[in-house]
Amino acid sequence: MTDSKNLLSVQDLKVYFRAKDQVARAVDGVSFDIRPGETVCLVGESGCGKTVSALTILRLIPSPPGEIMGGRVLFNGVDLLDLDETDMQKIRGNHIAMVFQEPLTSLNPVFTIGDQIGEGITIHEQVEPEELRKRCVQLLRDVGIPSPEQRLKDYPHQLSGGQRQRVMIAMALACNPDLIIADEPTTALDVTVQAQILNLIKSIQQKASMSVLYITHDLGVVANIADRVNVMYAGVIVEMGDAYQIFQNPRHPYTKGLLAALPGRSRRGRRLHSIPGAVPNPAFKPPGCPFHPRCSFAIETCKTRFPEMCKHGDGHLSRCPVLKD
Amino acid sequence: MTNTQQTLESPLAPKQTRLEELWELFRQNRLAILGLIIFLFFLITAIIGVILTSGQDPVFDPAMIRLQEKLLPPLTRPNIETLQPAEIPTLGIYLLGTDDLGRDVFSRMLQGAWVSLTVGFVAVGISVLVGIFMGGIAGYFGQGHLRYDQIIISCVLITGGILLALGTTYTGVGLLVAGHIYIFFSIFSKKILARRTLPKWFNLLHRGAISIDTIIMRAVDIMLCFPTFFLILTVVALLPASMYNIMIVIGLTSWMGTTRFVRAEFLSLREQDFVTAAKALGVGHFRIIFRHMMPNAIAPVLVSSTIGIAMAILTEAGLSFLGFGVPPPHATWGNILSDGKRFIFDAPWLTFIPGIAILIVVLCFNLFGEGLRDALNPKLREKG
Repeated sequence: MTDSKNLLSVQDLKVYFRAKDQVARAVDGVSFDIRPGETVCLVGESGCGKTVSALTILRLIPSPPGEIMGGRVLFNGVDLLDLDETDMQKIRGNHIAMVFQEPLTSLNPVFTIGDQIGEGITIHEQVEPEELRKRCVQLLRDVGIPSPEQRLKDYPHQLSGGQRQRVMIAMALACNPDLIIADEPTTALDVTVQAQILNLIKSIQQKASMSVLYITHDLGVVANIADRVNVMYAGVIVEMGDAYQIFQNPRHPYTKGLLAALPGRSRRGRRLHSIPGAVPNPAFKPPGCPFHPRCSFAIETCKTRFPEMCKHGDGHLSRCPVLKD
Repeated sequence: MTNTQQTLESPLAPKQTRLEELWELFRQNRLAILGLIIFLFFLITAIIGVILTSGQDPVFDPAMIRLQEKLLPPLTRPNIETLQPAEIPTLGIYLLGTDDLGRDVFSRMLQGAWVSLTVGFVAVGISVLVGIFMGGIAGYFGQGHLRYDQIIISCVLITGGILLALGTTYTGVGLLVAGHIYIFFSIFSKKILARRTLPKWFNLLHRGAISIDTIIMRAVDIMLCFPTFFLILTVVALLPASMYNIMIVIGLTSWMGTTRFVRAEFLSLREQDFVTAAKALGVGHFRIIFRHMMPNAIAPVLVSSTIGIAMAILTEAGLSFLGFGVPPPHATWGNILSDGKRFIFDAPWLTFIPGIAILIVVLCFNLFGEGLRDALNPKLREKG
């Protein structure tokens, strides 16, 4: 299983949140791999554990109430869950960087853009002030911000949403990380800016050949950017495969439902498909397959047995024994 | 191309830093501006005052005694025939009169201004530092728990130290050594014991006993229960009288408000995305506390500290008035007032001048503080 060519390998990760007498199993046995230079998407609806998985990779889960109950996160062969806080701080930003969902609140309002981009570099490297300035300007230019010299002295409130997200990406790029985790970076932006940011991420990734873990609930974005896709539902990965397999030949009823819910040209004027029911409360998940109450293909065994991953060839896996063939 | 470049380079938002914006709002408040002006005047007076009244041969000598010139009202000319040349006041006139020993009240007020200023600033500086530190810890690390073993070990270390101080050398040293051995052990034990199952009592010792937030905030509650002025009186009575002791004591009895402010701000700030973003960049805890969160939390602290300076000046004047303050040859506004109260009917200026000076300075700090608070308050900003 431990493939040396994987940059990041998450194996059977379990993160639970404890409330007074309930345990919310936010992430319940998630495994996926990211190879160098690859874009992997984590898709799923709100509350299915996408963000928690991403934060756990960086060990940023607030504890309490969050608890990592098991599993391994191998980064270049080192288990990040075994590292202590000081070693972890050297990984963050330097090897794995993160871009957050809300560019409006993810920048500190009291510092200039230049300060915030430079901070990551000053923490991880010894750099002269002049050199630091040059690198910040270059980073801003890389992410497509006009007249970067002037922007360095600006405060976050003087920039637009799209520019702030570009700044966030510049901050993530500052130390040339091997992996960028992008947690719904385009959700708070409007569609044209979204396309720009996606193209930016793609071009940067190709230029610097870094890996991207892209978290989103937007299948349109996935189709645009992903090499491989992991579909999550209620804390487990229900289907994984490369983008073509997932979109052309979905093997899990949830993925099928999501794809059917996309508006398309051929279905113009008709009602959109929707999956009946709602996501289960992570504290009270149904026994057996977590999707069975909403699933139109469900059979008796779905109610009792948690489904294993079924292989469909060429790295395409899905957690549904019913749609096996 | 050049056209689009130009439009992109034009400013995107009003080019105004936070400070400029703050000053705009602050300027509209007339009383606050008055407070600021008086404060600056007081600052300059105090700084010039300490230069002119100290040294071997000061320009204004606050300690020059001229018994034949005692209790003269303000703006009296000195009787040049009876005075030695050195005894004649520099201005050629007793601007604020003389006291019962014929000392020039103007010089003494100048000297006292410096005392008030330093006591105010240093005491508030101490209290803000302590308050920010405690509040920062409580707000940021507050959810962490002290473990039973940590509490027991700190008790062992403290008893060891006390025993050593009392002269019970062997037991004291023994306890201290045992404590330190345990600390070293617990630093490395994580790696040694990581993969082993541990006995039940060991796990019990490592259970969290009390949260750091609880400890600090209950300490704040306890400190707030004391009537501060009497606590200060008691402590000052036990300590040798000096200006520095008073500053420290006032500072150490007034940090609780700041702690509460900072803790409250931190509790909301630590959930903010930019703190998580900073963590994701690999920023350490203390850098996050003091570089990322503190500038965002400092506004209410600044406001309360300007008002705190007024309180500290008042407290110092009160202590000096009661005779517990700065020791006598040195003039402070409090002890000028205290000396003057015996002659309140013969020489009312001896009480009114320092009294009014204290009133004005305290008032100016309060006005300034309130103006600052209004300018920093986003709700009022919306209306304006």
